[in-house]
Amino acid sequence: MTDILIVAEHDAARLNVSTAKCVSCARALAGARVTVLVCAADAAAVAGQAAQLEGVDKVLTLENPANAPALAAVLAPQVSALAAPYALVLGPSTTFGKDLMPRVAGLLGAPQVSDIMALESPTRFRRPVYAGNALLTVESEPGTKVIGTVRMASFEAATGGGAAPIEKASVSVQLPTHTRFVSVSAAKNDRPDLQTATRVISGGRALGSADGFKILYSLADKLGAAVGASRAAVDAGYAPNEMQVGQTGKIIAPELYVAVGISGAIQHLTGIKDARTIVAINKDGEAPIFEVADYGLVGDLFQIIPEIERLVS
Amino acid sequence: MKRILVGIKRVVDYNVRIRVKPDGSGVITEGVKMSINPFDEIALEEALRIKERGGTEEVVVATVGPADCQAQLRTALAMGADRALHVQAEGVIEPLVAARALLKLIEREQPLLVILGKQAIDDDNGQTGQVLAALWDRPQATYASKLEISGGTARVTREVDAGLETLEVDLPAVITTDLRLNEPRYVKLPDIMKAKKKPLETLPLAQLQVEPRQQLKLVKFEPPPQRQKGIRVKDAGELVAALKKKGLL
Repeated sequence: MTDILIVAEHDAARLNVSTAKCVSCARALAGARVTVLVCAADAAAVAGQAAQLEGVDKVLTLENPANAPALAAVLAPQVSALAAPYALVLGPSTTFGKDLMPRVAGLLGAPQVSDIMALESPTRFRRPVYAGNALLTVESEPGTKVIGTVRMASFEAATGGGAAPIEKASVSVQLPTHTRFVSVSAAKNDRPDLQTATRVISGGRALGSADGFKILYSLADKLGAAVGASRAAVDAGYAPNEMQVGQTGKIIAPELYVAVGISGAIQHLTGIKDARTIVAINKDGEAPIFEVADYGLVGDLFQIIPEIERLVS
Repeated sequence: MKRILVGIKRVVDYNVRIRVKPDGSGVITEGVKMSINPFDEIALEEALRIKERGGTEEVVVATVGPADCQAQLRTALAMGADRALHVQAEGVIEPLVAARALLKLIEREQPLLVILGKQAIDDDNGQTGQVLAALWDRPQATYASKLEISGGTARVTREVDAGLETLEVDLPAVITTDLRLNEPRYVKLPDIMKAKKKPLETLPLAQLQVEPRQQLKLVKFEPPPQRQKGIRVKDAGELVAALKKKGLL
């Protein structure tokens, strides 16, 4: 039996799908006993959603007004105070988990395995290094607590159908006040979330401007797709940072990925390696993106994209 | 003295095509170009800009690693750091060990701010800054794309999955940098000459009383599975037809 604690990611109302992916990662291990921890000001709604995930054995709630909005410096001492019974403490490899989990590891003096793509045994993990250009297997000493972040593109979300008991937990730790939330600005749109969308259309520098991206938004809306961007396009200000796909942006695994005007730097390819089907549209037939594309089309994107849109309408 | 400590790491240059050694013991680094981790270069650039605005008096750059790392420390000095600290250590240095070494330097240097890259592009761990902040019991602001210091606090804009988040942290604090915080300057030749005269101090890890403990054994490196090269289609019509046939549209 391996006891695993998963730190839930949520926005106070809804459990993020990243948590369901962590559950799948943990469940891949035979004999895993999975506890999901919900830290919130009011945990009821999110805990209820976590309890319904197939494969969850127990949900713990830790309620404190200081837990909203989530700050790593505030959550970490609470998570580490509860970590004692668990062999593994996991969080998602999203900016929430990537920020929080190393702080937990630091407090516990425990090793962390980042971006777990396979949990091969309670002490053996596989993860990508060098922007995914090598896969590394690491092993911890039996009996050593390990902290981990779970690579989102490697796991399907656990489905509903569970009915785990929910328990209130409490810890007595002093919470810091040295870190204060000011604001978050998120672009509002009705498109699917980039990290969970089944179809993604991404644009590169060749789109030429923020205006140029409009043809992608228009096609995406026809297809029910999310829109992503290369680093070059984000750096140039054509698209906001949350749209960046790649080694340092979002790592995604859609059914269909359409790279438009993206040359295909290795840092970008890292973010799309797990896509089921990759389509590349680029005027440069020598662009490296064609090396990984299932379907390549050389030509002028400003003609091709509207034409595709007409054909699928 | 108001001081900023910047942590840097020597890594395989980001343009190098990575190849796994046939025996799976690592990746080939012999004869390969090595550089300052790009995110750490952004960290140093930010510290230098703060100094140029009068926000700090000194920028100290530090690294943990073997003797070879001194080349990257010299580059950092040429970029404009005032002095360098080299914590000499061999073998695999896990984030916890690097953070413990940096904490010892913090105790000695008493910086106002510690700036590090958000991740190193070799091991892609993305841990050291947060581990350090935990050990130091100070605030962390990761993935910074904007940093403003006023009085005893810093206001940091962070690139998060949802968009941009702003935090206010009390100083001293640990900041980790994202790509769009700044564009690092190029090193000029005269500065490389000048950098040779700047102070570079070597401190063995043992002297800092940090144990070089490795908690994760590196079992094997493997090349990733390669995607099959696909087909070229001649126009939008053929593409749409192919995708429809596969049930993707």
